[in-house]
Amino acid sequence: MTTLSTTSSTASTTPSPATTPSNHTRPHVTAAFAINYAPAPETTKVEILPRYGHFINGCFVEPLDNTYFPTINPANETTLSHIAQGSSRDVDAAVKAARKAHPAWAALPALERGKILFRVARRIQERARELAVLETLDSGKPIKESRDVDVPLAAAHFFYHAGWADKLDHAFSGRPWSPLGVCGQIIPWNFPLLMAAWKLAPALACGNTIVLKPAETTSLTALRLAEIMHEVGLPKGVLNIVTGDGKTGAALACHPDLNKVAFTGSTDVGKKIAAAVATTARKPGTHTPKLTLELGGKSPHIIFEDASIDQAIEGIISGIYFNQGEVCCAGSRLLVQEPILQTLITKLNLRLASLRVGDPIDKNTDVGAINSRAQLNRIEHYLRVGQDEGATLHMPGGPSPTGKGFWCKPCFFTDVQPSHTIARDEIFGPVLSVMSFRTPDEAISRANNTPFGLAAGIWTDKGSKIFEIAKALKAGVIWCNTYNKFDPSSPFGGYKESGTGREGGVQGLKAYVNLA
Amino acid sequence: MVRSPTVDAVMAHERAASFTKRSIKNASKEAMLRLALSMLDLTTLEGKDSHEKARSLCHKARTPYPRDLDVLGITLPSCAAVCVYPALVRTCKETLARVSGTTPINVASVATGFPSGQYPLEVRLEDTRRAVADGADEIDMVISRGLFLAGKLDEVAHEIRAIKRACMRLDGSFAHLKVILETGELETLDNVRLASDLSIHAMNDVAREFPDLPDGHIHSDFIKTSTGKVQPAATMPVTLVMLEAIRDWYLATGNVVGMKPAGGIRSAKQAVHYLVMVHETMSPLRVPGYERSLGNPWLTPAYFRFGASTLCNDILRQLVKLKTGRYVAAHDFTDA
Repeated sequence: MTTLSTTSSTASTTPSPATTPSNHTRPHVTAAFAINYAPAPETTKVEILPRYGHFINGCFVEPLDNTYFPTINPANETTLSHIAQGSSRDVDAAVKAARKAHPAWAALPALERGKILFRVARRIQERARELAVLETLDSGKPIKESRDVDVPLAAAHFFYHAGWADKLDHAFSGRPWSPLGVCGQIIPWNFPLLMAAWKLAPALACGNTIVLKPAETTSLTALRLAEIMHEVGLPKGVLNIVTGDGKTGAALACHPDLNKVAFTGSTDVGKKIAAAVATTARKPGTHTPKLTLELGGKSPHIIFEDASIDQAIEGIISGIYFNQGEVCCAGSRLLVQEPILQTLITKLNLRLASLRVGDPIDKNTDVGAINSRAQLNRIEHYLRVGQDEGATLHMPGGPSPTGKGFWCKPCFFTDVQPSHTIARDEIFGPVLSVMSFRTPDEAISRANNTPFGLAAGIWTDKGSKIFEIAKALKAGVIWCNTYNKFDPSSPFGGYKESGTGREGGVQGLKAYVNLA
Repeated sequence: MVRSPTVDAVMAHERAASFTKRSIKNASKEAMLRLALSMLDLTTLEGKDSHEKARSLCHKARTPYPRDLDVLGITLPSCAAVCVYPALVRTCKETLARVSGTTPINVASVATGFPSGQYPLEVRLEDTRRAVADGADEIDMVISRGLFLAGKLDEVAHEIRAIKRACMRLDGSFAHLKVILETGELETLDNVRLASDLSIHAMNDVAREFPDLPDGHIHSDFIKTSTGKVQPAATMPVTLVMLEAIRDWYLATGNVVGMKPAGGIRSAKQAVHYLVMVHETMSPLRVPGYERSLGNPWLTPAYFRFGASTLCNDILRQLVKLKTGRYVAAHDFTDA
């Protein structure tokens, strides 16, 4: 069990048939088999060009500095392609294109804007397998997730906002609205395509034009999405993509001719962006851009003793090991009511042992590769710090994949104190900190004792307790008897250092319009 | 009084569905299909069942596919048991005694006023005693759903204990007992979990009355989903909840209880989904003494069975397809 899919084989473990079988010597009926799943790689072929320029004004263009950097597959460290490193001159060209395209796009009948967004959604569905494979190759997330979560949700976001495009007059209690103008959007590497969809769909529905900067390690699906959008008739200049590292992002955030800056990523970078946006010199008479930030989290996941425990375990698993834990709303602080703590630890150990870590492109893989060497180093740092500070590490299951690639086996810490680093910092990896509580009040105070406030989870069989606890938690999203469920109609965003503004739902639309 | 954890239906269904998304192909599929075949309780439970049909069933169980060596190049395992009404137990015992083979095929008899259980306890006990006396190796009993749903849990447990005691043979050994919960009539997963725990506890109470008997003689009991006479019969979520009860019992006591989903499992594909579920739910336990199945007794016919009739030939069809690349006609396989 938990055999790595890359090495699994059934041949060695099934009983061999009798060499001279006859009807009188049939194999022993109590013969036991060890089940190993055969490798099941997703075989869809995806075309990837040797290099990609920026996407500006409807076509791919060479970066003005002519510099490229490699983007690799984190599961085997092979180079997939080369990506343009954007300079401030590239950013400027993109912003100018977006500015030029804005009046016509904003003046387009809303029905037409909606039509284009519907087409984008349909085209994402049609090319779903290709996008899923590309996403998995570039990001290291298991194909199971890119196929069943990332890509369908990305399509859902375009469908949802396509529907809003011609109904915006009714979205804000009848208040007149107008598009903001040009939006600079910077997205993270954990859900590359999905985060692009979260950012692009509402902005386009509201008649804005965009300069998008994907994360350095995961630009491929955003570039593919740009291709899809122009395939279905998005006017040139409405969506521009400048690729590159943090310097490119800084150049975009500091550009003086933006009406909106939207960022999803770490709290540290978010603070810098907020400062940069506030202090950038602008032409007289122009406003500081609107700013929305979706930042880090250290979300509490509270398990009461009356919870359905085996299903709570599933919630914990999807809460922290989904996408290798590289999720801003990951339920990374587990708060367990004292009477069930030991049972829960036993069950968690068993369940972790059944998770399959390995080649992300294999359909039977549950936990894929960590996105980058830098992120793996960061996770490993926290694993050391956790042990140094006295917590106990549990890492059940078989061996990690060996050889190339960035791997971290799913694990959890017990004997964790709220003052421990691993209970306070966002690790952004498959690492869970397990703590306990006695009373509901203690659960609430421990849950809220964090600079973050992005998400929270509650497990109890008692309905009234759900409402009581949910009211007291300071978090933007609270899941009850489930975790990590997303829907375009549901607003997402944080309290405190987890950010400002909401994405999704009517609340998310508000961030992309001026209201009279 | 048994205290059972509650079950969240939404998440239980989601988890059960996840087992159907595993990609099982080629060598792993073949191994799983052969395993499923060896776990079959080949069943016929019709009012019109004849002695001749019972004999056919026994031969089918012994040699599911007579041409296996020619077509597949291997000898397929026999089924684990045949499952019939009490009236046919003796015929099955006699037939199986005559069909040569190196491994025993058990005769399982439904009893205790199957399928409804709506009979006085004395009648149900006598039903059991006679089936055991006729040679039944395994008794598939039904619980009284009426008592259970009325909240009379102690009475349900009392009945199970009485029937378990009635499984004792003259020589002091016991016929294995399978307790059918008829989950389709219990409706909620909370009830399924409670009935599972209650049955496991009741059977164990009797086992403790016989501390001198070797483990395998008294502890090899099963819980079973359904009679097959009520819809829905076996489902993945129900089987998952029952497996979780069995797993928790093992964690608490170290005793292994068997699991038998029955009714509605007709295709080889479904059987593979169930085995994936058994693998992922139970394999991490690593039970000592079951090294051949990597510490998972539930991946052996001793502790996991499929109650089915049409499943057998679909497994054969798929095995032939895997080997030859072609589906063959239904008449190429023998009737049971």
